[in-house]
Amino acid sequence: MATIFQGLRGGAAAALTNSIDSKKLLSRSTRRSLSERKVSFPVVRSDGSVNLNPGGSNARARRVDQLITNAVATKADSSAASSTSKPGHELLLFEALREGLEEEMDRDPHVCVMGEDVGHYGGSYKVTRGLADKYGDLRVLDTPIAENSFTGMGIGAAMTGLRPIIEGMNMGFLLLAFNQISNNCGMLHYTSGGQFTIPVVIRGPGGVGRQLGAEHSQRLESYFQSIPGIQMVACSTPYNAKGLMKAAIRSENPVILFEHVLLYNLKERIPDEEYICNLEEAEMVRPGEHVTILTYSRMRYHVMQAAKTLVNKGYDPEVIDIRSLKPFDLHMIGNSVKKTHRVLIVEECMRTGGIGASLTAAITENFHDYLDAPIVCLSSQDVPTPYAGTLEEWTVVQPAQIVTAVEQLCQ
Amino acid sequence: MASASSFSATKFTQPLPLNGTTSRSHDKHQSFFDPLRTTPSSSSFLGSTRKLRLSSASKLKLLANPNRRSAVVAVSDVVKEKKAKSTTNLLITKEEGLVVYEDMILGRAFEDMCAQMYYRGKMFGFVHLYNGQEAVSTGFIKLLKREDSVVSTYRDHVHALSKGVPARAVMSELFGKTTGCCRGQGGSMHMFSKEHNLIGGFAFIGEGIPVATGAAFSSKYRREVLKEADCDHVTLAFFGDGTCNNGQFFECLNMAALWKLPIVFVVENNLWAIGMSHMRATSDPEIWKKGPAFGMPGVHVDGMDVLKVREVAKEAIGRARRGEGPTLVECETYRFRGHSLADPDELRDPAEKAHYAARDPIAALKKYMIENRLASEAELKAIEKKIDEVVEDAVEFADESPHPSRSQLLENVFADPKGFGIGPDGRYRCEDPKFTEGTAHV
Repeated sequence: MATIFQGLRGGAAAALTNSIDSKKLLSRSTRRSLSERKVSFPVVRSDGSVNLNPGGSNARARRVDQLITNAVATKADSSAASSTSKPGHELLLFEALREGLEEEMDRDPHVCVMGEDVGHYGGSYKVTRGLADKYGDLRVLDTPIAENSFTGMGIGAAMTGLRPIIEGMNMGFLLLAFNQISNNCGMLHYTSGGQFTIPVVIRGPGGVGRQLGAEHSQRLESYFQSIPGIQMVACSTPYNAKGLMKAAIRSENPVILFEHVLLYNLKERIPDEEYICNLEEAEMVRPGEHVTILTYSRMRYHVMQAAKTLVNKGYDPEVIDIRSLKPFDLHMIGNSVKKTHRVLIVEECMRTGGIGASLTAAITENFHDYLDAPIVCLSSQDVPTPYAGTLEEWTVVQPAQIVTAVEQLCQ
Repeated sequence: MASASSFSATKFTQPLPLNGTTSRSHDKHQSFFDPLRTTPSSSSFLGSTRKLRLSSASKLKLLANPNRRSAVVAVSDVVKEKKAKSTTNLLITKEEGLVVYEDMILGRAFEDMCAQMYYRGKMFGFVHLYNGQEAVSTGFIKLLKREDSVVSTYRDHVHALSKGVPARAVMSELFGKTTGCCRGQGGSMHMFSKEHNLIGGFAFIGEGIPVATGAAFSSKYRREVLKEADCDHVTLAFFGDGTCNNGQFFECLNMAALWKLPIVFVVENNLWAIGMSHMRATSDPEIWKKGPAFGMPGVHVDGMDVLKVREVAKEAIGRARRGEGPTLVECETYRFRGHSLADPDELRDPAEKAHYAARDPIAALKKYMIENRLASEAELKAIEKKIDEVVEDAVEFADESPHPSRSQLLENVFADPKGFGIGPDGRYRCEDPKFTEGTAHV
C-alpha cells in the first residue's frame, strides 16, 4: 500500500475537487470541537452550491486553506496535494480507465487483459482500444464466449504469476462465472492456507443504463459482496476510475471494479503525472454539516443534483462517495457521522441484501451512539429492471426522492 | 504395432463424418486405443461398456486429416523408436519401476489409512479415496518436473502425494491441523502446495479445468511474452468421466486447442459419477473422441495398467512440452471404494467390482516386475514396509500437531491483509492487536 500513498502524495493536483475535498473532511472532522453542533439549520452557506467542476469557487478554496492550517491529518499523506497546480489533461472516463490500464501494462509485463472482444474490437466500451495492437494478442486476449472458463483461466494464470484483468463485456455476464469468482477467486487464497494469491481485477460495465432490459441492467454489488476474500470498488469519475484501476491491478487481492454504463462518457481534467487511488478509501465529494449522504457510482450524480436543491433550501449536506464497497471506509464515514449525526444512503443496488443494507448495519454497529435519527436508505427497487423508460426511471432513486428524504431526516 | 498406428489414426480423425460415427455400431469394435498392447485386448471395458468400443483403425485411417498427419507420425515414431531401441523389450527400467511401485503403494496405503482414521473420528467431512486409480496418478505425475503443475479434483490426496507433497502434510491437513499443507484451512478436497505446484484440489465438478488452462496459459505467456525461452512447463488437469459432460470441459478443450496450450487433459474414467453410470449419462461414452472434435489428439488407455499409462503420458506431456499443444487422454480405470467414505456403494454390480479388483494396477505392476526380473519379491516387500512406516509416521505427526488457534481464523482472508478494512478508529483492522487474537469484531 505504500506505493498507493506515494502515488497520492505525488499525484493529486489542486485543481481536483477530489483531493481538496478529502482534505476538507480531515480538517473539518478534527475541527469538530471548535464549531458547535448545529441542531437547527439557520445558515445558508454561500459556498454550499458545490458542483463537479474542478476548482470550485474562491470561497471554497479559501475555506479549504483556512481549514488546512489547523488540520491534524491522521490518515492521508496527501497534504502536499494542493501545493502545485498542474494543467493536466482532459479525458472521458473510459479513456481514463484505458490510460490506467496502459500505464500498468507498460510498467509490468505480467499485466494482461482477457475477455470477450477486448482485443481487435477494442472492448465493448472501448476501454481496451488499441491495446492489442500495442501489446499483442496474447497480452490482450480475445476469448471465446465462455465466461466461466475464461474467468477460471484468469484465476489459474494469476495463481501462476500473471496479473490478469478480466473484462465482463457486461457485468451481468459474470453471473455465468459466479462459481469461479466465488469459489476460486474469493476463497482459494484462504483454502490454500495463504499459499496462492489471485491478483486479478474483474471489471466491466454494470448498473441500470438506458432501456437495456433486465439482464443488461443488473445491480450486482449485492450478489458479490458476501464472497469472502474479494474487494469491491466502484469508480465514478475519470480521476478515480484511473486511480482505482491502477490500484486494483497492483493489489494482491482479487478486486471487482464496478463501472457504470452511463458514466463512460463523463469528462474531467486529470493530472498528467502518475497517481493512484487507495482502494479502501472513500472520497469526500462535498463537505457539509447537516446530514451525511453516502453514495457511489452513478447515484453520486443524482445526489449532487439533489444537493443543489437542498442547498437552495438551506441545508448543508455532506456527500461522500464511498467508492470502496468492500470493505467500507469506516474511518471517513464514521467521522462524518460523528459530525452530522444523520445518515442517508443513496444507492443503485438492490434494496434486499444490498450495499446500503450492509452499510446501515456497519454504521449502526459502530456509530449508533452518534446517530440522532434512524439511518435512511434509498435503494433501487427490488424488481427486474423494466424496459420501459418511465418504469426504468422509477426503478432507480431520483433526485427529488433524495431531497424529500433529507428534508424528513432533518426535521 | 498395428495398434500404435491406430493410435495416431484415431487421434486425428477430424472431423468425423456424422454418419460414420453416429451409427456407433455396437458390434464392430475391438481395440480401443492402446499403443503398447502386444496381444489383442481381451479386457475391453467391463459390463455395459464392453460393447461400445468403436471403429476399426483401418476405417479411421481413411478419414485422417492429411494436414495433421505429420504430427501424428512423429508421435507414433517416438513410441516405435523407443521399442526398437530397447532390446529387452521392457517398458520400464528397474529404477523407474521401483519409483512407480513405491508411489502407487504410497497412494494405496495412505488412502487405506484415511479410511481407518475417518472411521476412528480423526477426520471428517467428505473424504474421497483413490483406491484402484493409482496407475493414473503415478503414471502421469511421476513424469513431471517440479515446475510442472497439477490440477486435481476432490479426489486429490494421491495426486498431491505423487507430486511430492509429504504424506505428513497431507495427513495433517486431513486432521485439520496447522501443520497441514493448507494449515487446516483446506481439507480433503482442497489440497494445495505452491512449493510443489499442486494448484489445487477443486471440489466442484469441472471448475479446476479452467484454472489448469490458465496455468498452461501462463507457461505460454512466459515463453512468448516474457521471453523466458526455457519455460516449457506443462500442466496436467485431472478430472472424471462425470466432468466430461460439463461445459467447462468443452470450453477449455476449445481454448487449449485454439491457443495450443501446454496442457494434458487426463480423464479418469472410473465409469461412475457417484451413482450415475457413465453409460446412462453420456450420449457417446468414448470420451477420447472429443479430442479430435476440438483439433487435438484423443487417446484412450487402460488406466489399470501403469506402464501403458506412462507411455501415453510421456507422449502427451512431451507434446505439450514441445509446444505442440494439448492432448486429451481417457484413462479407463475403476475406484475400488464408494464415491466417498459416506457412500455405502450398494449400487454397483459386485461382478463389475470383482472384475476390476482382479485387475488391480498394483498387483499387475508387481507381477510385471517380478516376471521380468526387474525386482525381487523382497525388494518390493521392503518398499511396502517403508511406506507403512511413512504412513504411520504421517498419522503420528498429524495427531500430535496442534489445532489451529483462534487467531488463525481471520488470516488469509485477503492476500493483502489491509483489504480486511479500516476500523472505526481509522486504523487498518489487521493492525488491531485483537485482530490476531481473533477477538476483534469482524
